[in-house]
Amino acid sequence: MIAEFGLAALWLAAALAGLQLFAGAIALKGRAGELSRLVRPVAVMQGALTAVSFAALVMLFLRTDLSVKLVVANSHSAKPFIYKLAGTWGNHEGSMLLWVTVMAGMGALIALLERRLPERTMLATLATQAFVGLGFYAFLLFSSNPFERLPMPAAEGMGLNPLLQDIGLAFHPPTLYLGYVGLSVAFSFAVGALLTGEVGPTFARVMRPWVLGAWIFLTIGITAGSYWAYYELGWGGWWFWDPVENASLMPWLAGTALLHSASVLAARDALRAWTVMLGVVAFSMSMIGTFLVRSGILTSVHAFAVDPERGSFILVLLAIYIGGALTLFALKAGSIAEGARFSATSREGALVFNNVMLSAILGIVLLGTLYPLLTEAFGVKVSVGPPYFNPVGAIFAVPMLVVMAVGPLLRWRRDAFARVRKSVIFVGLIFALLLAVLLFWRPMGLLPWLGMALSVPLAVASVLPLRGRNLGHLPLSVWGMVVAHFGLALALFGMAADSALTVEKLAAARIGDSTKVGPWTVTLDSVEPVAGPNWIALEGRMSATYRDKAESSVIAPQARSFWAPPQQTTESALLTRWNGQLYAVLGDETEDGRWQLRLWWKPFVTCIWFGGLLVALGGFLALLGRVAVDLRRRVAVRKIAARKEELEKVQGR
Amino acid sequence: MNTGIKPKHQRLVLVVIALVALVGAGLLAAWALRSQASYFFVPSEMQAAPPPTGQAVRLGGMVEEGSLKTMQDGVTIAFIVGDGKARIPVRYAGIVPDLFVEGSGVVAEGRLEPDGTFVADTLLAKHDENYIPRELKDMTEAQARAAVAETQ
Repeated sequence: MIAEFGLAALWLAAALAGLQLFAGAIALKGRAGELSRLVRPVAVMQGALTAVSFAALVMLFLRTDLSVKLVVANSHSAKPFIYKLAGTWGNHEGSMLLWVTVMAGMGALIALLERRLPERTMLATLATQAFVGLGFYAFLLFSSNPFERLPMPAAEGMGLNPLLQDIGLAFHPPTLYLGYVGLSVAFSFAVGALLTGEVGPTFARVMRPWVLGAWIFLTIGITAGSYWAYYELGWGGWWFWDPVENASLMPWLAGTALLHSASVLAARDALRAWTVMLGVVAFSMSMIGTFLVRSGILTSVHAFAVDPERGSFILVLLAIYIGGALTLFALKAGSIAEGARFSATSREGALVFNNVMLSAILGIVLLGTLYPLLTEAFGVKVSVGPPYFNPVGAIFAVPMLVVMAVGPLLRWRRDAFARVRKSVIFVGLIFALLLAVLLFWRPMGLLPWLGMALSVPLAVASVLPLRGRNLGHLPLSVWGMVVAHFGLALALFGMAADSALTVEKLAAARIGDSTKVGPWTVTLDSVEPVAGPNWIALEGRMSATYRDKAESSVIAPQARSFWAPPQQTTESALLTRWNGQLYAVLGDETEDGRWQLRLWWKPFVTCIWFGGLLVALGGFLALLGRVAVDLRRRVAVRKIAARKEELEKVQGR
Repeated sequence: MNTGIKPKHQRLVLVVIALVALVGAGLLAAWALRSQASYFFVPSEMQAAPPPTGQAVRLGGMVEEGSLKTMQDGVTIAFIVGDGKARIPVRYAGIVPDLFVEGSGVVAEGRLEPDGTFVADTLLAKHDENYIPRELKDMTEAQARAAVAETQ
């Protein structure tokens, strides 16, 4: 019953999306009358129904209902509870249902909460949200129905891919989807504003917290995904420029650019058309990412099923939505009035530079990701990896980071360079000094060298906007900016330090043998069998000693064998110190009784993820600040209205 | 700088700057892609037209039965990748992927040495039934059975 109930809720939600689009579109023509009052409640209802539908699927997975095809294909009754739960979205159909649920949920939230925009723009926005939603409902219902029953219930499920049986699965996809799909709101706002032609500071102020919210989740999702890949895959890397990683990075780049251009529009009424454009681009990148990941055109652990029909379906959706929005933009952009002027040395100037550089990086990542697909159409198979992305991306990332150090110190509209000269020289000196010191310290690649030398002055520069301000009265949004920029500097430091200073050691060790890796001495004490709920493993127990310290710590990497589905995975073991991580992987036994060990000492690698989390925290602070200001404004408006009423009453008498 | 500039002109200047940067990025990307993308070879292609030594490429084929050897150091392995028409010796130092076995498919990422040995930095093998390197999938369908039969 649960499956049918969930499916019915999904169909109802799709129908409501149709109604929402219809009512919104008629309202835009100005002929709706009563119908236009339906739009908001319908949006809320639609959100509630998708939530019900998703909850139904979760229940099916928790009960391991073996009459449902999706559960049989992806679950197993012996799986631990948390993976039964997370298994709901650890497959194609479930994850698309999550996508639709988030999309409808975001629509419901803006319908409930957003009252600042002119009602016409709001209706256009909600109609757009429904229009985009409809395509994905169709995709879900016609080509990826998660509730499909089997003619005969199966005896047992086939289990979840062991690589996905990790706590990361519980957090990474939902956060990433909240971010990914949350950007749909930016798309809808942008299209709505284009339709009614009301692009101005209010539009930016309304859109900003929503984009900020999505962007925070996207940041956390990317950071968590990176850490997950780092410890789960056992390759010691934290970013592989895999197409699916790029698929999450591209919306983030566009979203970051959008946040910055929206703040220019909100504060200074400039960059109108550009901001609208970025709103469209950001969610377009999410959709392209979904296409790349879910169509089966790429093979990776994220591509659950290869089905050409699904690929073409998403491709058609992409063409309709992205093509439609860009056409609308081309038609309407001319009618958006020019914004305010500003000089090149001003906060706006720096933000424009940041936007252009972010867009350039976005273009580079996009081209590098699509290029192998394009050449394959001509029968040439290529793969594009770090040798392309790192240097070419850095050409634009480095100037962007340099300007990021200076930009926040500049004033809006126009500023004299002389005013910030001292700070710039101070920060520049640190940079030059570090460059020289690192050059003499040890040889390293160009990019790690630049990155390490740049990260410290960046971190210093990120807190400079606090200088001379009353810290108690500083708006939260300024704190947010400072924290986020500092986080970026920290992450950059981690990335550069990891690639410059990592020590790797491959060894074949007998029990009792010691291996040196960087400052560590690792001794293989024993290799023993251990068992988990649905796997057995060989566990290598090692004691690791840092320099000549007396006490040693134990690390125990495993080689696991799952039995449903039968598959081996390597479980790396990590030992974290404040200044880095020791990373150990256990390999096979050689013929003469030695064990293959792969050890890394990765100095400051954790800075990458702490930095990423700080960036998200910065976004959160800014969001809190914006919401608080808005709430205060609402209270003030209400008070004024109440007073006015009172006054009128008194005067009336 | 902004004195005397009309808003319209400023918008134009901004558009031009953005376009120049984006087109520049695109050209740079196109140029870098041509030189940086690593190409995919099957053994017979690699034998017929070997890539320049030292260039990063991918080699995909079947691991020949009985060819897998572990070197003295215990961590370097050597094996032969074949496609039924040609055989390329491969060397790899590291822990092999979980499903790397003789007689199954593999994609090796690395470079060709002057002596004709392919030195791999990374091995990609099947992770599970759903996870097959794309290049390998085509091959297993088209050539694999013949390849395995002939290289055995």
